[in-house]
Amino acid sequence: MPSTGYLIAGVAVAGVITLALRALPFAALKPLRKSKFVQALGQWMPAGILIILAIVVFRDQITAAPGRVFPVLIATAVTVLVHLVTKRRALISIAAGTACYVLLLNLL
Amino acid sequence: MQHTDHGSPRRVGAAAGLRDSLGVGLGIFPLGIALGILVIQAGLPGWLAPALSIGIFAGSVELLLVSMLAAATPLVTIAATVFAVNFRHVFYAFSFPLGQVRRGLPRAYSVYAMIDEAYATYVLLPPDKLSSARIVTGQLAMQAYWVSGSLLGALIAAALPAPIEGFEFALVALFVVMAMDAIRGRRELPSAVLACLAVGASMLVAGENTLLVALIIYTVLLGLRFLLNKRRGTSAPDAATDSDLPQEDDRA
Repeated sequence: MPSTGYLIAGVAVAGVITLALRALPFAALKPLRKSKFVQALGQWMPAGILIILAIVVFRDQITAAPGRVFPVLIATAVTVLVHLVTKRRALISIAAGTACYVLLLNLL
Repeated sequence: MQHTDHGSPRRVGAAAGLRDSLGVGLGIFPLGIALGILVIQAGLPGWLAPALSIGIFAGSVELLLVSMLAAATPLVTIAATVFAVNFRHVFYAFSFPLGQVRRGLPRAYSVYAMIDEAYATYVLLPPDKLSSARIVTGQLAMQAYWVSGSLLGALIAAALPAPIEGFEFALVALFVVMAMDAIRGRRELPSAVLACLAVGASMLVAGENTLLVALIIYTVLLGLRFLLNKRRGTSAPDAATDSDLPQEDDRA
């Protein structure tokens, strides 16, 4: 087993880098707040970033277990449908999709 | 702005933050359990699970680190990996409503705890519905789910043969739902199309770094869009139509 000192150093290195990546851009953008370009990016980015995250997470779920493509597809369809039907109540949609997936995996 | 300690605006904000965190928690908590189990199964000490989720607080990197630490990977390699995987957070600074969070400790915590789920939850809400208490409470709750999940996972790793499978799907559901909420009208359509182009191209060429490469391509495309708009003389993003009308929702 790796030494305690090594484990602590590993966590510290990863923690400092993560924090820097989260904090420094805010500091760097501060003087640019008035910039039209930064404002445009701030307005355009959320929708696109969320779509990218959704597609990548969806892809990862399929590549993690290639034999489960159909459960993933069905549960995703259920999530989307429930979300539209319940007028976008996120909690219900997520619970329905997840319950569907858990049932498909454990009952089939 | 009231700053009394038990003033009701803050309590209302905290309650809203807790509510925000519930859907996300459905995905975070089971993943925390998975992290705890992984730590024990890799032959690492149990305290590492909460140490990871407090010291780093970035889900994907923590899961990755477990195997790296177990294999005694050099610290330089760990640093490079963390940098590559977490570089996406750089893009969040453009749109995360950090200005709504009170200066000092709350704002510092909000930056430290800016996981994907927190970004996704708060970037879409209109500014008048946001408050410092709401955002920080939501983030605190998310970290509480993550830390307690990892502790629980470490504790039950030895006792249980295998936990119920499939709860990790909550994360997929969460981001699908968030993406749907992000596209509420025709206004987001250009962004959506560019994002799909970016992620499609990235999947073809990027392999393991799909997410990061997609974000970079997307940013470049937005840059081009900005230049194009500027040439057409419509460079200013139209902030006037912020009214959040759910017009085109009933497509089902």
